[in-house]
Amino acid sequence: MSIWKYANPTQFMRTTRWLLPWLSALAILSVGTGLIWGFFFTPDDFRQGSTVKIIYLHVPSALMAINAWLMMLVTSLIWLIRRHHVSALLARAAAPVGLVMTLIALITGGIWGQPMWGTYWAWDPRLTSFLILFLFYLGYIALWQAVETQDTAADLTSVLCLVGSVFALLSRYAVNFWNQGLHQGTSVPVATGGRTVSDVFFVPLLISMAGFGLMFVVLVLLRTRTEIRARRLQALLARERAAS
Amino acid sequence: MIPDLGKYQGAVLSAYAISLLLITVTVALSLWRARVVKQQLNDAEARAKQAPDTH
Amino acid sequence: MIALLRRDLLLAVRAGGGFGLGLAFFLILCVLVPFGVGPAPATLAKIAPGILWVGALLACLLSLDRIFQLDAEDGTLDLLATSPLPLEGSASVKALAHWLTTGLPLTLAAAPLGLLLNLPAQATPWLVAGLALGTPALSVIGTFGAALTVGLKRGGLLISLLVLPLYMPTLLFGAEAARRGAEGLDATTPLFLMAGITAGTIALMPFASAAALRMNLR
Repeated sequence: MSIWKYANPTQFMRTTRWLLPWLSALAILSVGTGLIWGFFFTPDDFRQGSTVKIIYLHVPSALMAINAWLMMLVTSLIWLIRRHHVSALLARAAAPVGLVMTLIALITGGIWGQPMWGTYWAWDPRLTSFLILFLFYLGYIALWQAVETQDTAADLTSVLCLVGSVFALLSRYAVNFWNQGLHQGTSVPVATGGRTVSDVFFVPLLISMAGFGLMFVVLVLLRTRTEIRARRLQALLARERAAS
Repeated sequence: MIPDLGKYQGAVLSAYAISLLLITVTVALSLWRARVVKQQLNDAEARAKQAPDTH
Repeated sequence: MIALLRRDLLLAVRAGGGFGLGLAFFLILCVLVPFGVGPAPATLAKIAPGILWVGALLACLLSLDRIFQLDAEDGTLDLLATSPLPLEGSASVKALAHWLTTGLPLTLAAAPLGLLLNLPAQATPWLVAGLALGTPALSVIGTFGAALTVGLKRGGLLISLLVLPLYMPTLLFGAEAARRGAEGLDATTPLFLMAGITAGTIALMPFASAAALRMNLR
């Protein structure tokens, strides 16, 4: 048995039906543990004070924001090459979740940056590339919603995802160049406060990262099931219209 | 209950509040749409079974 | 290919399609900016490279949805798709026509408009060189955006959302070159990097555009 059997929507639905409750429970458990541990039971950093607790939201969401795009890239490629509908729908289902993750990373970063750097926003390479990633998510979702024919929409968004990935990578390194040229040495992130220190901070962070990953998987599976049902519904409605 | 967050209380609490709110909204929207689509699909399936070939 | 190019150019000039429009927009933008930020020469000189680049980029964006829209409506696009010329070739020619009618005039107009914005004299060659090297990339990437949205009724707004993030690297290097030029520094590094991006996009984007066109026509 290979992974390709899940390209069959029926098989996908059957497997995810019993998988989803378990995964959801696990996701809730680990997100809860990670965040509660991080929020209530970690000491303050001597330099950052209690703002170090924001890391348990910021790092996992940033991680998933990038991973979501990577996952969309892979599923888009699978759709373009092997034309499995489930793959295209997975990409579609992942995009809004990735968008929210990017937003969370940006907002928590800004809130952390205000007391630490003295500003909510700096045109720092990392921040800027995340903003660009946000724009890519917006364009991707808008294109999905604008194209009416579903298969064409899947095709076009897949191509956009491929081209966008190349440009996102290009922008990521282009911004490095730009910022050094613009204001050298200012506002270099010192966001290593939580990660370089002891396990006290690191263990809940790991749990939180795993939790956000599980949460992403659960949401994507749930949304993909919805998309598959929506497809079937459209087909049924079209048949009804044709019959009447 | 809430640990002493010192002078950064506002920042930490708002970060957690906004993030949890965004996550909750995403989950709620996903669940809501899942329920709506499932209901509509069930209705459509029932109709399709009821009148398999009326034409 | 030449015939297609000549036809597109003729259409653009005769029907007033974007040819004068982009330039006029560029001019208006450069006139408006001093009203927005005040007429102080030092301020203007500082932001002039960036304003000129952003203005050129937006002016380029204005005429993008015309690249394929008219052809899709009157069926020319279907003919192009079935013609012996590969669709990649047609997409390249379309991009070239767009550049000749938009990018090239913008490049030529940038130098006199730079005077309006008090652009330092030593920056002008860098700005013009940057625009000459960068606007082809804008046209080629824009053609891809136009190909993605060709079947849509209201593609104009969507195009800007899709294309603007893709313009980012070009804008960044172009404006950086002009800014370094304004400060009297050597700006060849950003120019070379931008030329690399332009060369890469010219080589690869027509394939993506043609793929998107085929998907839309299927």
